Amino acid sequence: MLSKVVTKEEALSKIHDGQTIMFGDWHGEFAADEIIDGMIEKGVKDIAAIAVSAGMPDQGVGKLIVEKRIKSLITTHIGLNPVAGEQMLAGELEIEFSPQGTWAERVRCGGAGLGGCLTPTGVGTEMEKGKQKLMINGKEYLLELPLHADIALVKATKADTAGNISFRMNSRATNSTIAYAADFVIVEVEDVVEVGELGPEEIDVPAPIIDMIYVKTGEKKPLCPMWQRAKAKAEAKAKAKAEGGKK
Amino acid sequence: MERLTGRALIASRCAKFFKNGDFVNLGIGVPLMCVNYLPEGVDIWLEAEIGTVGSGAVPKWENVDVDVIDAGGQPASIIKGGSVYDHETSFAFIRGGHIDAAVLGTLQVDEEGNIANWTIPGKFVPGMGGAMDLCAGVKKIIVATDHCEKSGKSKILKKCTLPLTGANCVTDIVTEKCYFEVTSNGLLLKELAKDYTVEDVLACTEADVIVPDKIGVME
Repeated sequence: MLSKVVTKEEALSKIHDGQTIMFGDWHGEFAADEIIDGMIEKGVKDIAAIAVSAGMPDQGVGKLIVEKRIKSLITTHIGLNPVAGEQMLAGELEIEFSPQGTWAERVRCGGAGLGGCLTPTGVGTEMEKGKQKLMINGKEYLLELPLHADIALVKATKADTAGNISFRMNSRATNSTIAYAADFVIVEVEDVVEVGELGPEEIDVPAPIIDMIYVKTGEKKPLCPMWQRAKAKAEAKAKAKAEGGKK
Repeated sequence: MERLTGRALIASRCAKFFKNGDFVNLGIGVPLMCVNYLPEGVDIWLEAEIGTVGSGAVPKWENVDVDVIDAGGQPASIIKGGSVYDHETSFAFIRGGHIDAAVLGTLQVDEEGNIANWTIPGKFVPGMGGAMDLCAGVKKIIVATDHCEKSGKSKILKKCTLPLTGANCVTDIVTEKCYFEVTSNGLLLKELAKDYTVEDVLACTEADVIVPDKIGVME
């Protein structure tokens, strides 16, 4: 079977200024961090991003926002990345908010050949602006249009060399959703195994959907920066309490 | 038993809405505190938007699993019998009417059951996350909130002034002072917390309140 395993440079050769890129993650956790760092180093800019949140300033797509490489973002939440809010209010970053379930279905439509979806979410709110409203069986729905990208940047736990990928626990996040909705799909993985080692029930997104597999070289499954900070804070608090108790 | 007040009382009262086996979504903050006050014999399936059914207690740092997180991206756990899903399925649970109840915090709520909790234009623009989907798809929307803003201004209004998260969707409002049921005629004062009188509640509620003859004690 054709191997889809590539180097970081080969993966980055597909990423260019001005592309529309979907980022799989959850507040910047479970993101393709080494490829994102590579994009910053390569100088990629003017990206139209589609991601469930703006990540955090030091996590996921949030790092590209801090570096001002993102010109627009279709997302559901930016509360954990204050830099995104500042850039939005300053007119430097164009943000389109989509309710989270709507965002997920718009991406799914983009990957499933559908022309959009009808959702009750947002009826009676400002989400109605500029959208068609349809009455189906006596209930109002908004027509929400599909999202599609040039590149999907996916993070998975494991891949085989053919390009089948698998996610552990919550690390699937939005990664399996976006994998179907782009012309070219690059996956960063913790580990790669031989074809056959991932069984039919373990494969979450199949090889024909995936174009490239990049095996990360850094630490496997590190605590993300947000957790490192929270843990350090908890330890400092416990230490202060223990020392206070001795007095 | 120690008498509960403030936010603990709000969480405790909200937890009493759940029946054994309910599928529930709890917002960050006071709503999530409900899990600490579940009545005896009531176990719930807690949904987390990341795609977890059966979200469990926050783990100790030595036990964290880097692949298990909550809606806010913090360390989490999954109870026995729990399971994980993709993003589309997570919101199919929510929009598809499969979740029995959701508890949400808010900036404003009004007597028509409208809720506004996702933005203060020009000042506070975090985005709505999954809140609009919850409002659209969950039959019982319980608002858990301080009765007033820090400035003393009522959060329980005749009509929300901020952009709405959901229209005519709130069924119950629980504050540190009282519990209102949202009816087609307006807010019905069902229960009062021990430290407060009807007059106290009316004084800090902008919305019209229906005061019945018999009012229960909120605990």
